[in-house]
Amino acid sequence: MIRRAFITRMLTAGTLSAGLMLAACSGKPSNPDAIELTNVSYDPTRELYQDINPAFAALWKQKTGKDVTFKMSHGGSGKQSRAIIDGLSADVATLALAYDIDAIAAKSKLLPADWQKALPDNSAPYTSTIVFLVRKGNPKAIRDWADLIKPGVEVITPNPKTGGGARWNFLAAWAYGRTAGGSEAAAESYVKQLFAHVPVLDSGARGATTTFVERGIGDVLISWENEALLAQVKLGKGKFEIITPSVSILAEPTVAVITENAKKHGNAEVADAYLRFLYTPEAQTAIARNFYRPRDPKVAEQFKVQFPAMTLVSVDRDFGGWAKAQKTYFDDGGVFDRITGQK
Amino acid sequence: MPGFGLTFGFTLSWLGLIVLIPLATILLKAAGMGWQEFVAVGLSPRAIASYRLSFGTAAAAGLVNAVLGLLVAWVLVRYRFPGKRVVSALVDLPFALPTAVAGIALTALYAPNGWIGQFLEPIGIKVAFTPIGIIIALIFVGLPFVVRSVEPVLADLGRDVEEAAATLGASRFQTFNRVIMPAIGPALLTGFALAFARGVGEYGSVIFISGNMPGRTEIAPLLIVTQLEQYDFNGATAIAVVMMLVSFTILLLINGIQAASRRRMGI
Amino acid sequence: MSRETALRATSEGRLWQALLIGGALAFLGIFLALPLIAVFAEAFKTGLGAFVLAVQTPDALASIRLTLFIAAISVPLNMIFGIAASWAITKFEFSGKALLITLIDLPFSISPVVSGLIFVLLFGANGVVGPWLAAHDLKIIFAVPGIVLATLFITFPFVARELIPLMMEQGKSEEEAALSLGANGWQTFWYVTLPNIRWGLLYGVLLCNARAMGEFGAVSVVSGHIRGETNTMPLHVEILYNEYDFVGAFAVASLLALLALVTLVAKSVLEWRFDMNSGAGH
Repeated sequence: MIRRAFITRMLTAGTLSAGLMLAACSGKPSNPDAIELTNVSYDPTRELYQDINPAFAALWKQKTGKDVTFKMSHGGSGKQSRAIIDGLSADVATLALAYDIDAIAAKSKLLPADWQKALPDNSAPYTSTIVFLVRKGNPKAIRDWADLIKPGVEVITPNPKTGGGARWNFLAAWAYGRTAGGSEAAAESYVKQLFAHVPVLDSGARGATTTFVERGIGDVLISWENEALLAQVKLGKGKFEIITPSVSILAEPTVAVITENAKKHGNAEVADAYLRFLYTPEAQTAIARNFYRPRDPKVAEQFKVQFPAMTLVSVDRDFGGWAKAQKTYFDDGGVFDRITGQK
Repeated sequence: MPGFGLTFGFTLSWLGLIVLIPLATILLKAAGMGWQEFVAVGLSPRAIASYRLSFGTAAAAGLVNAVLGLLVAWVLVRYRFPGKRVVSALVDLPFALPTAVAGIALTALYAPNGWIGQFLEPIGIKVAFTPIGIIIALIFVGLPFVVRSVEPVLADLGRDVEEAAATLGASRFQTFNRVIMPAIGPALLTGFALAFARGVGEYGSVIFISGNMPGRTEIAPLLIVTQLEQYDFNGATAIAVVMMLVSFTILLLINGIQAASRRRMGI
Repeated sequence: MSRETALRATSEGRLWQALLIGGALAFLGIFLALPLIAVFAEAFKTGLGAFVLAVQTPDALASIRLTLFIAAISVPLNMIFGIAASWAITKFEFSGKALLITLIDLPFSISPVVSGLIFVLLFGANGVVGPWLAAHDLKIIFAVPGIVLATLFITFPFVARELIPLMMEQGKSEEEAALSLGANGWQTFWYVTLPNIRWGLLYGVLLCNARAMGEFGAVSVVSGHIRGETNTMPLHVEILYNEYDFVGAFAVASLLALLALVTLVAKSVLEWRFDMNSGAGH
C-alpha cells in the first residue's frame, strides 16, 4: 500500500517537472501581419545593414504596404553558418565567404547546392580586399608582405579556422608567398614565418581589430579593406594608416536566401527582393559609403578615390575554389594546422 | 516523515530532465564515434596542448588562491580592522560578477596600454594574451571558493588547542604548521579543488584576456567552441567528454575528502 | 598562564598582524576591487550622458528585459528543486545518497561551454530531437527556451548546495515534533522547516540569481545572437564591445556589476541576520 502511494507520488512529481519544463520552453506567439526577416551575417557588416535595412523597409512598404522589421545576428562567419545548420532560422545569410554558405547547403539542405547562381556576380553584391592597417607614421616601415616577417614586427590577424575574414587574409598572404617565391613550398614557408609573428589569434575580424586598435597590440593588422577604412573613421582619425600591399585577394562576401526557412516563414518573396535590392544603385551607394567595393560601375566611379586599383588574385582562379582551398588549408590536419600546431 | 515520494520523485525527474538526459546525449554522441576517432580528436596534439594549458593554469591559479585565500580567510577570521565587513563582502564578488564583465575589465587593466599593463610592459612583463593573463583571470574566479571553504573551519577552530600547543613550548610557526594546518587541510584542499574545477572550465573571463593561439594560449573550452564553428561536432564532443571525465573525477575526490574529514571529526 | 601571555602565544605581534592584513588587502584590492572600479571608470569615461544613452538603446533594453525574464523563470524553478532535493536528502535515508549529491553538483563542475554544447547536441537541427522539433515547428535552441534551459542547467546546484548542509545540521527533530503534534506535511514544512532555512534559502537564491543573470559561456553557445531577441545582457556586452562601442559595453557591464554589488550587500545583510538567528539558538 505504502509502496503504491510512493510510486503514485513519484509519478505525480515526474509529471509536474515535465510540465514545468514545457512551461519553461513554451515560446511566445508571433504576429502574423508584420514581416520579420532574419538576416544572419558576419561581424563587419553591422554598419552596412543598419544603413540598408531601413531603405529596403521603406521601399517594401511603398511597394506592398507591408512593414518589414529586421532581426540581425552578427558573429564570426563560421560560427553563424554553424548556427544556421544547427537550426537558427535565418531567412537570408550574408556571410564572409561562399564556403560558409556551401556548408549550410551541404549539411542542412536548407538551400540548393547551386545557390550561388541565384543572384548576379556569384551572389556577391559587394566585394572587398585585404589591406594592412599600421600605426600613425608607419614606425616599422611596412610597405608590403615581406616587411611583416621582419624581426620585431608583430602581426594581428584572426584565426582562419573560425573567422571568414581570416581565411581571406591567409590566402592573400599565401598568394604573395607564391608570387614572391615562385612555389607552393615557398608560400608555405612565408606563411609559417608570418604566423610566428602573430601574438594573438582572435576568433573573428572584429576581435582582431579591437586587439590592434583598442589594446594597442601589434604593429600591423591584416584586415578587410572595409574594416580598415571603418576603423580609421570610428576609432580615431589620423591614428592609423592604410597600406595597400603589392598583391592581395578579391574577397567576395556572398549572400543567399535560406530557401526552406524563408518558405516556412512565408518570406520567400521578400527575402529574394531584399537580396536583389543590394544590387540597386541606391544600395550600392550605401555599400560604397560603408567602405565595401560596389559592383555597380557607376557607383564605383564615384568612389574611386576610396578604393585604389590593386593586383588581386581570386579564390576560384588561383586556389581552385573554396571547397578545395578549405580542404587544403583550413580543415583539421590541413596546412594551417601544420604550420601552427607543432611549433 | 512525509513527502519522500514527492520530493524524491521531483528531485530525480528534474535532475533527469535538466541534467542527466542532456548529459547522456553527449556521452551517446561520443560513444557513437568509435574509440579510434575519439582518441584521434580528443587526444590530438592540439587538444593535449589545450588541456595542459587549461589544467596547468587552473592548477597555478588554484595554488595562488590556496596561499592567498588562506591569508585572506585568516585575516578575516582572526583580526579586527576597519572596513572588515566590506572586505568580507568583496570576497564574493567573483561569484556575483558575470564572467564576461570580469573578462573585459581584466583586459582593460592588463592590456599593454591598460591601467596596470602600462607599468608592466616596460619592464618586460606581458600579462594580457599570455598564460599569465589566463592565470590572473582564474585567480579572480577561484578566490572565493578557497576563502569560503576555509573560513568556517578556521572560525570553529578553538583557540584552546593553540594555547595548549603554546603551553607545551611550541613556537607560533610550529603551532601553525602542526596544529592549524592539519585541521584546516581538508577544507583548504576542498577550496583548491573547487577553484581548480571552476578554472578548468572557465570561458567568459578568459577568452578576452587569453591570446587564443593554438598550442600556446588556447584553452580547452575555446577549442570546443572553435571545433563547433568548424562544424566538427565530433571533435567538440570528444574534447568535452575528456574535460567532463576529469571534472567528474575531481568532484568525486572533493566529496570523498569531505566525507573522510567529516568522519574524522566525528560528525 | 595569564590571559595576556595566552593571547600572545596564540596570536601574532602587531607588526605581523599589520603585515598580514596589509598583504590580504593589497591582494584583494588588486585582484578584486580594481577590476570592479575599472568597469565603472570605463562606463563613465565620457560622462553620464553617454552612459544613459548607451543603456537606453532599444537593443540594450531588450537585453535587460530578456535577462530579467530568464532569471524570473529559472531561479524559482531551481529554488523549488533545491528545496525538494534537500528535503529528500536530509530527512530520509536511502542508498545512493552520496551519488545523488554528486550528480546534483555535476553542472557546477562542467565547463559552461560544454553545458551549452549538450543542448545543441540535443535540440539542434542535427541533434537527437531536433528533427522532431523542426517538424512540429518548435524552437528551443537559438530561441528563448534554449537560453532558459542552459541557464537552468548552469544554476541547477546553487540552492540545493546551500540548503543541504544547513538542513543536515538542523536535523529533523523539530519536524518530528510538529508531526507528532498533528501537523500535516505541508504545515510542518511551512511553519517549521521554512522559517529555519529561510536565510540560507535566500542566500542560495541570491547566488543562483546572480549566476543566472550573468552567465555567458553556455548562453553564448545556444543563443543565436539575434539583436533585440536572444541577446542577454552579458552577450550584449560582447556585441557592443565588438562594435567598438566601448562606453556602451562598459555601461551595460556596469549595470551587471551593480547587480553584483546589490547581491553582495543583500548577502552581507543576510549573513548578519543569519548569524544573529543561529547565535540566538546556541
